[in-house]
Amino acid sequence: MTVVDLGTIRRLVSVTVDDVEHRVPEGATIMDVLDDAGADTPRLCQAPNLTPVNACRVCVVEVEGSRPLVPSCARKVEDGMVVRTDTERVAHSRKMVLELLASANDLSEAGDDVARWQIEYGADPERYGPPGPPAAAGERGNRHPGHHGLPDGETRATVAQPVTVDNDLYVRDYARCILCYKCVEACGTDAQNTFAIAVAGRGFDATISTEFAVPLPDSACVYCGNCIGVCPTGALKSVAEHERREAGTWDPEGETVTSTICSFCGVGCTLELHVQDNTIVNVTSPHDHAVTHGHLCIKGRFGFQHVQNVAPPGEH
Amino acid sequence: MDLVLLPDASTDAERAAVDGVVGAPAQPRRDLLLPALHAVMDAVGWISRGALSYVCDRLHVPPAEAYGVATFYALFSVTPRAPRTAHVCDDVGCAAFGGEDLCAAMEERLGPAGSGDEVTWTRSPCLGLCERAPAVFLQLATPPSEREGSPDATRALESSPHDDAHGPGGHAQIAPATADAVVRALHGDDVPGPDPVVSTPQAGAPDLELLSRVGVVDPGDLDSYRAAGGYAGLRRALAVGPARVVDEITVASLTGRGGAAFPTGTKWAAVAGSPEPEKYLVCNADESEPGTFKDRVLMEADPFALVEAMTVAGIAVGARTGYLYVRGEYPAAERALVRAVDEARRHGFLGDDVMGSGRTFDVELRRGAGAYICGEETALMNSLEGRRGEPRAKPPFPTVAGLFGKPTVINNVETLVNVLRIVAEGGPAFASVGSGRSTGTKLFCLSGVVARPGVYEVPMGTTLRELLELAGGVPPDLRAILLGGAAGSFVTPDQLDVPLTLEGTREIGATLGSGVVLCFDSSTDFAAVLRRIAGFFRDESCGQCVPCRVGTVRQEEALARIVRGREIGGRTVELQLLRDVDRVMTDASICGLGQTAASAVRSALALGLVGGSS
Repeated sequence: MTVVDLGTIRRLVSVTVDDVEHRVPEGATIMDVLDDAGADTPRLCQAPNLTPVNACRVCVVEVEGSRPLVPSCARKVEDGMVVRTDTERVAHSRKMVLELLASANDLSEAGDDVARWQIEYGADPERYGPPGPPAAAGERGNRHPGHHGLPDGETRATVAQPVTVDNDLYVRDYARCILCYKCVEACGTDAQNTFAIAVAGRGFDATISTEFAVPLPDSACVYCGNCIGVCPTGALKSVAEHERREAGTWDPEGETVTSTICSFCGVGCTLELHVQDNTIVNVTSPHDHAVTHGHLCIKGRFGFQHVQNVAPPGEH
Repeated sequence: MDLVLLPDASTDAERAAVDGVVGAPAQPRRDLLLPALHAVMDAVGWISRGALSYVCDRLHVPPAEAYGVATFYALFSVTPRAPRTAHVCDDVGCAAFGGEDLCAAMEERLGPAGSGDEVTWTRSPCLGLCERAPAVFLQLATPPSEREGSPDATRALESSPHDDAHGPGGHAQIAPATADAVVRALHGDDVPGPDPVVSTPQAGAPDLELLSRVGVVDPGDLDSYRAAGGYAGLRRALAVGPARVVDEITVASLTGRGGAAFPTGTKWAAVAGSPEPEKYLVCNADESEPGTFKDRVLMEADPFALVEAMTVAGIAVGARTGYLYVRGEYPAAERALVRAVDEARRHGFLGDDVMGSGRTFDVELRRGAGAYICGEETALMNSLEGRRGEPRAKPPFPTVAGLFGKPTVINNVETLVNVLRIVAEGGPAFASVGSGRSTGTKLFCLSGVVARPGVYEVPMGTTLRELLELAGGVPPDLRAILLGGAAGSFVTPDQLDVPLTLEGTREIGATLGSGVVLCFDSSTDFAAVLRRIAGFFRDESCGQCVPCRVGTVRQEEALARIVRGREIGGRTVELQLLRDVDRVMTDASICGLGQTAASAVRSALALGLVGGSS
């Protein structure tokens, strides 16, 4: 007998978004409803394969009965819920989140969506004054919680700092880190259960860190690269990508993607090989893949060098 | 999960300190992480790599996460620091009232903040001793071997053998403080204990309820407490049963006294009615709103009242354990509570047969570690669970999924102490005082330029002017009052007839908050006050959400430009920028910290307290 999994039977609830009624399964998030309706809802810390942390607040909406705005990524719909996305309050908060982030972070590798939202919502990070000097390597991680120097306001504080390169596989460029918690989640209970990194410090001085900020090789890191896979801003990337970007040879327009199945073990993870200039530069897996949910292990993500160990012409 | 630990070795002293908390076999008790880190700090003065690894090994916590926790709290240090540190308050209640002078004197005596191998000093946010400014908290590490007596190794917090001013670990408070006294204490001199009569000028007056025993009973003596009517409330609560107690609280219309003013009966009824077998009571004694010191006085001077009230609450809602989370900078309060809990347990007022009723309830004390955000209820629960004090998304609310994911009632100290009177006199009697949602009496913390600063108890509806009269009259040359705390707002002398109720203060765009009434006269440097408030929120933001994490930084920078006359694009542009930051923090922050981080600044600018009128 074939057993058909019907899944959990969920009743439908009624939600009104900008005066339009939607019937959606109980347990859906407001963002699910907005996505189904085709709305362009900005998001940074949200990922379909991770538990919502609702930290970035860029996806906020108005919900009737709630004084503060509500993160659409995390809030589950309730029957009779009335949601508004088209108000000045919503637009203001989304603009300000994008603007505040851009005032503190380098968002130049955060992707086309973020660049478009910056323009659409009218983010103007320059109005906070010129950026202050970058921190020395490791300095940001050594600030004591509850203490900071009195600012004079002449420059705006940023998280600028040098790139951390302490292993052969990936770099950590924390000037781009928006503290979305995705890498911590992927390293922890949402995927890898390795717990090599966590948020350390407090407030504006919080950082993603290993214990005592030791180099990754001294930490619990197993180099699965799932943190890279979920990073939305390019703060975490492969050494291959980093070096190409530094050399000015990074070519996303010329990139092709080829799907295959990982051959290292019998699990059968789908791999997407990102190829530039006939060389594999990155390996990912689709987040909606039933086996991987977008997550891989060190072999699948980084074990591709043998594929391209092709001897130069004239050699064997 | 296999733990990968750093190879650094721990010392005998570090291991002894941790073992005193964790006990013999290692146990996966993440909730003991803060007690274990405290034990290391108390013994050694900082948390080394070896010590952290040992803690992680014993409690089975990933080291990166433990490091994330250790670096979240201001009272923990993961870099070598002098084992004896004076935290000198430079916050709004102290700075202009001797705090800045004391910082200068400390710098002269001990060098720049943070320097020194054996003793050092550092600036601190409000220490909750505003009625006796300037205030100092002494974090004094003492190896267990040098402490007198034998610590009880099975307890998360051991009783200290020191005198009343010292809490576990030998920490102490001095207020008012002089550089001489602080330096002497850093070098080992004893510190006198608190004097409740100084902090409560009304002490002994006949019409007091919450403060009726303050300065009257011996806080260390259960018999003294019982002779003053103590434990009559619990006796009555046990006689009438939990359902009736919850009803009385609801009828009393008691609202939370921590600042949010949520109806207490609603919380209690929700948890009491939950089908979950495991429930918790939490007492939020992490009083740290700048200018607030009422809970400290209650805990120091009448600790049995809080223990009794927690017992009433716990049994009413069906909790068998009550967690009492005391602010880390309140060693005298903690010491008084440790003793009260011990005494109550010994005499059958806590334990598995409370007053012979067959009901089980006990209290577990936990110490905060220097984080204002942990006064936020869900951040406090994370802290109790051994995590960073980051607020959680709501819903689910604590009454549904609170501490350890279980239905939880969390109440402020003053809120709970009100319960005793409600149980004794009945809800209607309580509700007959005050009006509307504002019933009963309320504690206010008067400090700054008042003749007799201290905690005052008045019926809800008393006007601000009447309250000031109690404290020696409306201060001459009064310019503004910070009402409700740093998360509150400024009011002016023409608003003194506002009735002190939730409704009355809301009508003038203010809030009761945590009962702060911090008075400033016209000699005040309001630019400095505002920059301190802005800096406070920048320091105390947990960093989780963007509006608060970056917004508090931009607010402080913009204020700096305005008070220095260095506006970008002119005053109007800067004020618009501040309003924009204010709105996103208020609208889109996760928790109350970010949502109120612009409140005082907004009101000060509107009143023209800084840089002329807007």
